[in-house]
Parts: sequence; structure tokens; C-alpha cells
Amino acid sequence: MLNFLARRLAQIVPTLFFVSVLIFSLQQLLPGDPALVMAGEERDPNVIEQIRHQYRLDRPVPVQYAYWIKGVLSGDFGESLRNKMPVRELIAQKLPVTLQLGSMAIIIAFLIGIPAGIIAAVKKGTAWDYGANFFALWGISTPNFWLGIMLIFLFSIELGWLPASGYVPLTENWRASLAATIMPAFVLGNAIAAVLMRHTRSAMLQVLESDYVRTARAKGLSERTVILKHAMRNALTPIITLGALELGTLLSGAVLTEQIFSIPGFGKLIVDAVFNRDYAVVQGVVLVTATIYITLNLVADVAYILVNPRLRG
Amino acid sequence: MTDAALSGPHVQADELDSPARRARRRLFKRKAAVFGLIVLTMFIFVAVLAPLIVPYDPIATSWSLVRKPPTAAHWFGTDELGRDILSRIVYGARASLLAGLISVAIALGIGVPLGLLAGYRGGFVDALISRITDAMLACPFLILAIALAAFLGPSLGNAMIAIGISATPVFIRLTRGQVLSVKAEDYVEAARALGNPPWRIAFSHILPNILPALLVQATLSIAAAIIAEAALSFLGLGQQPPAPSWGSMLNAAQRFLTQAPWMAIWPGLAIFLVVLSLNLLGDGLRDALDPRQR
Repeated sequence: MLNFLARRLAQIVPTLFFVSVLIFSLQQLLPGDPALVMAGEERDPNVIEQIRHQYRLDRPVPVQYAYWIKGVLSGDFGESLRNKMPVRELIAQKLPVTLQLGSMAIIIAFLIGIPAGIIAAVKKGTAWDYGANFFALWGISTPNFWLGIMLIFLFSIELGWLPASGYVPLTENWRASLAATIMPAFVLGNAIAAVLMRHTRSAMLQVLESDYVRTARAKGLSERTVILKHAMRNALTPIITLGALELGTLLSGAVLTEQIFSIPGFGKLIVDAVFNRDYAVVQGVVLVTATIYITLNLVADVAYILVNPRLRG
Repeated sequence: MTDAALSGPHVQADELDSPARRARRRLFKRKAAVFGLIVLTMFIFVAVLAPLIVPYDPIATSWSLVRKPPTAAHWFGTDELGRDILSRIVYGARASLLAGLISVAIALGIGVPLGLLAGYRGGFVDALISRITDAMLACPFLILAIALAAFLGPSLGNAMIAIGISATPVFIRLTRGQVLSVKAEDYVEAARALGNPPWRIAFSHILPNILPALLVQATLSIAAAIIAEAALSFLGLGQQPPAPSWGSMLNAAQRFLTQAPWMAIWPGLAIFLVVLSLNLLGDGLRDALDPRQR
């Protein structure tokens, strides 16, 4: 186990290094003089010269990278061109909002996806199975921004049940907070529910054909006990870790969902930064996203080994 | 005469059938995949024949026709500038399908050679390419595409490049894995023993054998790329106005959701249908090309 952990950690370091190089080199894609682009409307040569100096654009690229990564490693992602706030603070401010949204989405995804997958497997070939499969296809093929717009139309404009946009922190008023986030969380969770359903279904089908399930049935246990106690437990172990791997889908989805519902989270931060040409913020957000993703993948790997005794060496 | 001898010619006919023909036969047996293929073909026809089909000019505005609900003259209604939505959906199909195809072509064009190289050469080259692939996969697909599009500047062409690059690591990883699994096969050994240069072994002996897996992934990636293009256009990073795109139409639709809800229905439905049919086709291809399911 320790060996495995050490090996995985050793793998992460070069990956993170390449992630940082990748994100840093985005800057090189800017057409023309980056200082000019960063200055935006500003045409004062002094200001442009100052920007060039401040961002060390007058130095060779590897030197620029060295300064940048040195800052990043000490938690300094630079500062927002827009409102002069440190990028780190901006991220710290927005991340909890997306975390709330993401956790709700994951809960919704598990609540829909896993029961649907189990029912589809147990009732394979029936209308239930077809229904669940259709739901999964629908979930995978529906662009979440369209789903969001349609839900706003139905629940906010037509029925007037839920607010169309905005966000209230959970600590301030939990009812209002849940009302504001339930629609976006469903939109986000929907696609993940579809993926979870498909995996749960195939894992359950595999387990239901296994010897120990046949033994359990032969013992005369009720079908309910066989499915809930014997089959489900074994089928679900890999599914739990799959949840962590769907984080990428979640974060990608959050960008558009937060945009549509005007939720001031991580996704809205990157979109606003893109439009304000606030490149330091864009880089910071992508870097933090990638780091979270890599870390969660590691946690998922370790969790998988911990819950699966056969893999413990 | 034994049973085996009697059934001999029959089995042989199936064995003589070329793999491509066998896969095609199995694909056409799947109703869902055939449905996907038909819907997709329809959209391709619509996109190619757009100028001949559209009832109106997709960018012609009309102040007397602002936000009119569907009528006999304008089947899908009109938008906030009085443009015919049906005509814009038809032209939008061009942008979407083109974006899907070109970005996946970019991903294939970069990903497959790099994957072949990593898988075939191994060693340091493999380690380097694999770590870069890991790094790219660590950035969520759409976020990477948005960041790339932001730095490249907003346009449909740049959106395609951004999506293509973001989709590349999947193809590198897939190609590499496939190469590793066929590398040790006898026919590759034989080609090597005959003195073929590595690039020829990679392209003429390994590549054809991993094509089925690439085809399935490409189909599913086109679906993802079409959603990504719509997302970028929705955010204003793809197709620029007044040229129509399903994503930017949805953006306008959200602003007029109270007054003109029909504006939101058609572009979303179009994206959904195209993506659904690609997903159905991809799933069907995967089952049809899987050699374990003869």
C-alpha cells in the first residue's frame, strides 16, 4: 500500500509540472504583443511598458515561467487585472459556491443514477430497463445549458416556483440557498446520473451472474436480500470511485450552468475572466481545477484499494 | 459424413465475409444505431444543401417581424431581430457539423501519430508523451477548450482548434493502449522480421488494426465536440454574429425567454438530436466492431 502510494505520488509530480507548463504556455498563444492585449483599452505607452515589466514580458520565456511557477508554489497566482484582487482570494471566494453546487449535483446524480441502474439490471429487458436506458441516453445527449434554460422557463417563468437566477449562501438562509441551487444542481447532476446509471447497470448485471449470488439464491434467501445485501454491495464499490472521476464533467458543466443561473462560482469566474481578458485569473482557475482533479483521482485510487481487499498487497 | 463436415461450408461463408461487411451487417441489425444514422444523414443533407433549402436569408433582419411565434410563413417563428429561425437552424447545422468534424480531425491528426509513437517506441518518448497526456487530461475538457479559445481569440475557426486540441489526449491514450496490445502480435513480429522500417510497421500494420477502436471514439468525440462548440458559441467564444450557430441562438433565446420561449426550443432540440444520433451510432459501432461479439 505504502509502495503504491509512493509510486502514485511520484507520478503526480511530473504531471503537475506539465500541467503548469501547459497553462503557462497558454499565454504564448495570445496574438501579438501580450502586454498590448493585457492593457486592453489602455493605449498609454507608459502603462504598457509597466505591464510588460510587471509581468516580466521583457524577459525570456523560461525565465518568465520560473518566476511564475515560483509564485504559484507559494500560493501567489498573480492579481486580477480587472479588480486588482489577488487571484488566490478570488478563487477562495468562489470555490465554496461551486463546492456546494457540485456536492448537491453529486448527491442528485447518485440518488437517480444508482437506483435506476439497479432496477434496470434486475429487470433487464423489461420496460423499466428500456426506460432507464432511454433516460441515460437523454442525459448524455442533452446539452446542460439547454436543459437549464428549459427548466428556468418551466419552473421560474411558467410556474413561478423557483428563482430563475442568483445565489444565497447556505449559512445565510438555507431555504433560499437550496431554492436557488436545486435547479442548477439538477442540471449538473443529470449528465452524471446518466453515466452512473450505465455503469451501475453493467456492474450489477455482472454481479448477478456470479457464483455467490447463485449460492445466496440457492440458500433460499429472498430476492430482495440477495439484491440489496449480496449483489449491490459488491457492484457499487467501483461505482463510488467513479463519482470522483466524474469531477471533470462536473467542473466543465459548472461553467455553463453557473453562467445560465448567474451563480457567482468558479465557472462564472473563469467566464468573466475570459471576457475581461483577465488572463491571470483564467490560468489560476485552470491550474486549481487540474490540481483538484489530480488529487481526487489519487484519493479515488487509494479508496478503491482500501475497499477492495484483494488489491491490498 | 459428420455433423461438423456438414456445417463446414456454412461456417466458412461467415469466415470468408470481410470484417467490414460483417460489422456493417451487425450495425444495421441495431435499430437504435440505424435511427442515429438516419437522423444524422438528414442533418448532413440539410447542412450541405442549406442554400437550397432555407425559406429565408438567415441573416436578413426585419423590424416588422421581431419575435413572432411560429406561423405558416415562419414555421419555427422569428428571433429578436426578426430573422427566420428555421433558416438559422439550417445554417447552424453547417457550423455545428463542421465544428464537430474538423475538431475531431485535428484531434485525430495530432493524437494518432503521437499515440503510435509513444506506444511503438516506448522508453523516454513514451514517458514524455504520456505525462503530457496526463497533464492535458487533468484539465476538464470544456475548461481547457474555453481557456484555449480565450487565448486564441473568439472565432469559429479558433473554437475548432481549441476543441480539437482539448480532445487530443483521449486519442493519444487510446492509440497508445491499442498499439501496446497489438505490438506483440505475430503479424507485427513478422513485419519486423521482414525488415520493415518502424514507421511502416506503425502505419501499415498496426494502424489498420486499431481503426475500429478509433472510429468508435471519433464518433463519440464528434458528439462531444458539437456540444463543446455550442457551449463556446453560447459563451460568445465560437461563431460570431450575425452568422448563425445553435449555441449563440440559445444565448439570445435566454435573454428573451419570457417573451419568446420558442426561440429556446429549436436550437436545443437540434443539438440534442444530432448528439443523440451520434451517441447511438457510436454505441452501435462499438457493439458491431467488437470482435468478442461474433
